[in-house]
Amino acid sequence: MLDLILKENRVLSDQYNLLILTSDGKLPDILPGQFAEVRVDGSPSTFLRRPISIHYVDYKLNELWLLIQIKGDGTKRLATMKAGERLNLLFPLGNSFNDPSDMDANVLLVGGGCGVAPLLYLGAHLKNKGYKVNFLLGARTKVDLMELCEYERFGNVYTTTEDGSHGERGFVTQHSVLKDAPFDHYYTCGPTPMMKAVARQALKTKANCEVSLENTMACGIGACLCCVTDTTDGHVCVCTEGPVFNITKLKWQI
Amino acid sequence: MANLNINIGKLQLKNPVMTASGTFGYGSEYSDFIDISRIGGIIVKGTTIRARQGNPYPRMAETCSGMLNAVGLQNKGVDYFINHIYPTVKDIDTNIIVNVSGSTIEEYVETAEKLNSLVNIPAIELNISCPNVKEGGMAFGTNCLSAAQVVREVRRAYKKELIVKLSPNVTDISEIALAVEAEGADSVSLINTLLGMAIDAEKRKPVLSTITGGLSGPAVKPIALRMVWQVAQAVRIPVIGLGGIMNAADAIEFMLAGASAIQIGTANFIDPTVTIKVIDGINDYLDRHKFKSVTDIIGALGDI
Repeated sequence: MLDLILKENRVLSDQYNLLILTSDGKLPDILPGQFAEVRVDGSPSTFLRRPISIHYVDYKLNELWLLIQIKGDGTKRLATMKAGERLNLLFPLGNSFNDPSDMDANVLLVGGGCGVAPLLYLGAHLKNKGYKVNFLLGARTKVDLMELCEYERFGNVYTTTEDGSHGERGFVTQHSVLKDAPFDHYYTCGPTPMMKAVARQALKTKANCEVSLENTMACGIGACLCCVTDTTDGHVCVCTEGPVFNITKLKWQI
Repeated sequence: MANLNINIGKLQLKNPVMTASGTFGYGSEYSDFIDISRIGGIIVKGTTIRARQGNPYPRMAETCSGMLNAVGLQNKGVDYFINHIYPTVKDIDTNIIVNVSGSTIEEYVETAEKLNSLVNIPAIELNISCPNVKEGGMAFGTNCLSAAQVVREVRRAYKKELIVKLSPNVTDISEIALAVEAEGADSVSLINTLLGMAIDAEKRKPVLSTITGGLSGPAVKPIALRMVWQVAQAVRIPVIGLGGIMNAADAIEFMLAGASAIQIGTANFIDPTVTIKVIDGINDYLDRHKFKSVTDIIGALGDI
C-alpha cells in the first residue's frame, strides 16, 4: 500500500482522463496485466476501492499511468484530481499476461473502450522482449481513440470506430486485419461480447488467447471472494487467479 | 501502555481485536501488509462439511457506506482445511478460530467434531446467521427453538470454546442470545449482515445473482451497536461486537456498549492495515483516559 503523487491529470476526452502518478521512492516491479486498487478520498458515495488496470509504467521517469473512464462518482472524483494530490494504491495486484512461447509469434492485442488500458504496457513489454506487436483498438468514435501515438511506439496500430470516423467502420472483430493475417497469439481486454468474439476468432484458428476480466471487486487480494469467475477449476477470484485468463480455462459459451 | 489482554471464556486474547469471518481469508492474504500475529484473533472463512462453490457472480454490490455480499459460503470443506490450511496457520502466534456453517444440524456437528481434534484451534464460531445460503445458515439463527437445537447438538460434540454468531434479521435478538446461552454457548458474536437488496434501474434487474444479500460496513453500525447493547444487558456470557467498525473509535463504542471484544470485517477491504491501527488506537484511548486495562471500558456507560 503506497501513497502516490499525481504529476499530471491529462484530460483525453469528456469520458477519459490519464493520471500520471509518481512515487517518493522507486516504483515496485509491475507486470503487464496487473492492476491497482485505488482508494477514492473525497467522494462520500464511493465506499470501496476501485480496481484499475496499470496502463503504463515508465521506470526511467518513475511514472505509473492509470487510464480512467468516468463512469460514476468515484471515477468522476479521480478525474478532478489536481497535480500534487496524493492517491492511495494497493498494487501491484493480480497475475499477468504470458509471453508467447515462440519468438516469431504473430501477436495481436485487441482492446475496446477502456479495455485498451492494460494493452499499452503489455505492448511495451512485448516489444522490449523482441516480439513483433500489433494493436487493434476499437471505440465508438474518433475522440475515444486516445493517444494512439503511445501505442505506435511499440507496434502497428489498426483501429475501428462504430461511426467510421477513424480506421475501419464497425467493431474490432470485423477489421480486415483479422481476415488477412493469421495471428498466433491474441491478448484482449474490453466489453465481454468483444472478448468473446476475439476468443471465437482465436479458437477458429487454433491460436492462443488471453483475456483480462474486470469483475466487480471488494478487497482485491483474494479475501472476500466477491469477484469470482467460473473456470474449469470452479469459482476462482479474478483479483488473485486473474485478471488474466487463458480462454481454455474459462467456462464461456463461445 | 495499558493492558490490552482480554479473556472470552477460556479464550485468552492479547487484545480485543479480531477479524470477522469471510473478510480476512485465512490470514495469509494480509501478511504482506501487517504482522498478523499482533491481532487478538483471526476468524477464518466459513467452513462446511463438504466443499461449496458459493453463489454465481455477481456476488457484490456497493452501497452508500457499505456493501452487499452474496458469496454463499464458498470454501473447500473442512477436510481441506484440516489437511492444507491448518498446517500453514497453526503456528501463528494468535488465536485461529474457525467459523462453522452447515445445511443441517448433522453437518454442523460433524464439522465441529472434526475441528475439535485440532490442538491449535482453540474455538469455533458457529454461524447460524449466514443470509446467503438456501438451506441452513440464517434459518437456524432466526428462531429460538432451532438456534437452541443446533447449539445443543454442537455443544455435545465440541469441547472447546464455542462462540455463536447471531443474525440481526430477527424481531428480538436478545431472545436468541438467551436461547443459545442456555444451551451452553460460551459467548456470542453479533451482528452478521443485514438482509438487503440492490437494483440496477438501467437494466431493470437485481444486481446480485441471489437477488438479496447481506449488508455490511458503516451503514449497519448504529444497528449493530444497539443490538450489542441489548444482548449485553440480557446475557451473562461475553459478547463479541461487530458491524461496520472502521476505526478505533468505533471499536471503543462497541466495548462501551458491552462487548468484551470486537471483530473487524468490511474495513479490511478498504485498508488492509486497519486491524493494527485499531489496536494502537484502543491503547491510545486507554492511556488518554487513564484506564489501566481494556476490561475497564466494557459496558462502561455509567448510569444511563
